[in-house]
Amino acid sequence: MASAASGAAPVSIPHLLARNVAQHGSKAAYREKEFGIWQSWTWSEAAAEIDALALGLLEMGANIGDHIAVSGRNRPALYWAMVAAQKIGCIPVPLYQEAAVEEIAYALEHSGARFAVVGDQEQVDKLTDASTDKITLEHIIYLDGRGLRRYDHNVMTSYADVQERGRASSRKAEMQARTDARTYDDTCVMLYTSGTTGRPKGVVLSNRNVIETSKNSSEFDHLRAGDEVLAYLPMAWVGDFIFSLGQAMWTGFCVNCPESADTMLTDLREIGPTYFFAPPRVFETQLTTVMIRMEDASKIKKRLFDHYMAIARRVGPDLLDGKPVGLMDRIRYGLGNLLIYGPLKNTLGLSRVRVGYTAGEAIGPEIFDFYRSLGINLKQLYGQTEATVFITQQPDGEVRSDTVGVPSPGVELRISDNGEVFYRSSGTFVEYYKNPESTASTKDPEGWVATGDAGFIEESTGHLRIIDRAKDVGKMADGAMFAPKYVENKLKFYPNILEAVVFGAGRDRCTAFINIDLTAVGNWAERNNIAYSSYQELSQHPQVLELVASHVNDVNASIADDPMLAGCQIHRFLVLHKELDADDGEMTRSRKVRRAVVGDKFADLIAALYDGSPEIYTETEVTYEDGRKGAIKATLVICDAVVTARRRMAAE
Amino acid sequence: MKDTVAPYTTADGRQIGDVLMDMRGITLRFGGVEAIKDISFDIREGEIRAIIGPNGAGKSSMLNVISGFYNPQDGEVWFRGAKRPPMKPYQVARQGIARTFQNIALFDGMSVLDNIMTGRLTHMKSGLLAQAVWKGRAEREEVENRAVVERIIDFLEIQAIRKTPVGRLPYGLKKRVELARALAAEPKLLLLDEPMAGMNVEEKEDMSRFILDVNDEFGTTIALIEHDMGVVMDLSDRVVVMDYGRKIGDGTPSEVRNNQEVIDAYLGVAHD
Repeated sequence: MASAASGAAPVSIPHLLARNVAQHGSKAAYREKEFGIWQSWTWSEAAAEIDALALGLLEMGANIGDHIAVSGRNRPALYWAMVAAQKIGCIPVPLYQEAAVEEIAYALEHSGARFAVVGDQEQVDKLTDASTDKITLEHIIYLDGRGLRRYDHNVMTSYADVQERGRASSRKAEMQARTDARTYDDTCVMLYTSGTTGRPKGVVLSNRNVIETSKNSSEFDHLRAGDEVLAYLPMAWVGDFIFSLGQAMWTGFCVNCPESADTMLTDLREIGPTYFFAPPRVFETQLTTVMIRMEDASKIKKRLFDHYMAIARRVGPDLLDGKPVGLMDRIRYGLGNLLIYGPLKNTLGLSRVRVGYTAGEAIGPEIFDFYRSLGINLKQLYGQTEATVFITQQPDGEVRSDTVGVPSPGVELRISDNGEVFYRSSGTFVEYYKNPESTASTKDPEGWVATGDAGFIEESTGHLRIIDRAKDVGKMADGAMFAPKYVENKLKFYPNILEAVVFGAGRDRCTAFINIDLTAVGNWAERNNIAYSSYQELSQHPQVLELVASHVNDVNASIADDPMLAGCQIHRFLVLHKELDADDGEMTRSRKVRRAVVGDKFADLIAALYDGSPEIYTETEVTYEDGRKGAIKATLVICDAVVTARRRMAAE
Repeated sequence: MKDTVAPYTTADGRQIGDVLMDMRGITLRFGGVEAIKDISFDIREGEIRAIIGPNGAGKSSMLNVISGFYNPQDGEVWFRGAKRPPMKPYQVARQGIARTFQNIALFDGMSVLDNIMTGRLTHMKSGLLAQAVWKGRAEREEVENRAVVERIIDFLEIQAIRKTPVGRLPYGLKKRVELARALAAEPKLLLLDEPMAGMNVEEKEDMSRFILDVNDEFGTTIALIEHDMGVVMDLSDRVVVMDYGRKIGDGTPSEVRNNQEVIDAYLGVAHD
């Protein structure tokens, strides 16, 4: 795909839109399930909707360079709002729809947005609650007017009304002039990082960043106009921006929006995307559901499933990688595909997936292999907002669960002396908005960006392997390497363990907090006739503790194999009485553990892990979804784990 | 006790109109038992009207009188300015009165969608034969009715369970489906018999929000029976209080709350 219809290379998303209208005008560009039916818009129709909104915003007084906040669940109209903003020289700033009021207030104040386009009453309420004198927000444009009838309509207007105003506008030429004036180095979008530490930062990405990245990554995976994606991940996340807007605009594929968050899996099945992206959590949940249902299936079905899954595990990944496989195995796999894999993929909504990605967190090897053995081309990539997603990704045929792949096209990699990964690419962000110090400390004058992750490049394959967050990699009291994330990920690969936090920096041994997965452990409890009335009770049940201990012991045994990390084995652990939660500040909105917050909040529990006490009484403050606070009281049992002797000592 | 207040606007900006339903001197007896004794009250257009009272006060009986399930021995029921002759429940339904039940009365084996579609029955005009052939008007009607139902599904946020058999749903969702079915009839007056019984706090909050939204968005007049005093006081514009089949209070929530007779009925005093 070479250039725009006009002949000049497209330098912004609105330019790409114009090109798509010219090339695929009557093909579906967006779909959304509403009122039980998939409504669809062609590229021409979408462009008309975008124009109407852009003109409406122009009439309302949006100036060149204004930030326009966008918030809500994935809906075509909100994607259009981002493009409409760009058409009139404004910069879209998507916000996490689940963000708390303070987080929204911070983003509004920091970005200085005057307009916001949002989904529904919930978002309007948050924006209204967030308003202080420092916030410059003037007008809210909402999509779904339900419940808003008696709000102050001097400061809000419905999306349809703004479009109406736009359709009546005579300033089309002015809009076109603003669109044409965009250059390759103008800002395309500003995205707030979720911020594992401190305040979120506004990452400024230029048109060059977004378009070059979209082009390179689309070519890498041979994405094409006929592809289908399901847009269900937060719009404020850089991944969604690139997949559902950048790549969609570059290749002209169709973006499908689910009816609601709850119907995502049903909608996934109905659409059957060809290009699919999900964090490991989604794959884990799907696999857990499948396994739980198989436990309840009849004996014959269960045996059939087990038999063919064993074959799939043996030959499936090789078939996918194009490696030689014997004729008999091919026949067996073919039969399995007919009886088990095909129907299963169909149920999961993954029948048509040509390219699937998982990223954000490490995925368990068992989970990863499960999907690949079914013939789903699931791959891993490694990236961050500052890189416009892509740093490394796995090419077809070179997919393994323990690496994150080779550098993406146009990306240079460098490993510093202390093991931190640095990159430089055409996707490297412009700056952190209003934060030159952070920009300078992250990106050096030559354009190299520190990822904050420690890793190394495998010499034999050229693949990158990530060990841990560089700042989390520490030393234990005896100087041995301490890589908590590495251990936590190994723990989290067990379906029963939802989350784990490992401590040990500067200490003589490692300890851990464990969160059980209520779905998996609850089901296990039901099958084993274990009665419980609450999460808290289940978490402290002796048999549950035994179950978790067996997982911890297995992890210890596997860590012991690695001479570098053998010191990270877990000596003592406890199972937490509550799930770590973003509402309590223990995790980020993208569900990454905030180590420092957890360390502070549960200082008493950590102390108990190290002072040898058999149990500890604790009170924890919790925040409910509606913002009210309460306290949970619990006595937690502290368990000892079996530590495996270092193998190399045995060899001596 | 007849009040003749002109239409007005509430503090939160809702329009309260003329009297929609007027109950005049209703008395209902079952053999020797007087379930309702000479009760009069009215329900105005656009308002949320609560009927409260201790167990056995006659609240459900009152609702059954409104819905035409019982015909009172004495008294008159006036609906939209006309005196209503004794009617069968289906005739009342056609007049634009829909209800939910204290004990959920849904078709367990049918999907949520089909259950809600049954609420459109009063709006279907094509005959049995036409329905069976499913051509022309029957097909057109089905499509129109489905569109109405889908809007309600969207409104009550139950898209994810559209195809789920009702029997498999948890209690709180069943209650919501029942509300959906009642709404599908596009009623003028919606009767809710203990819409929040047996719910936890979060479910109650959801349900309260839906009731307020229904009233606001569709302008539906709502009469509800509820035990949770907090909910009643927050939701309703006016409250009728019943005790032993008699009306012992009628007015705004704050008026009712300060009514001595009501306090006695709820806190309990010695009856002679």
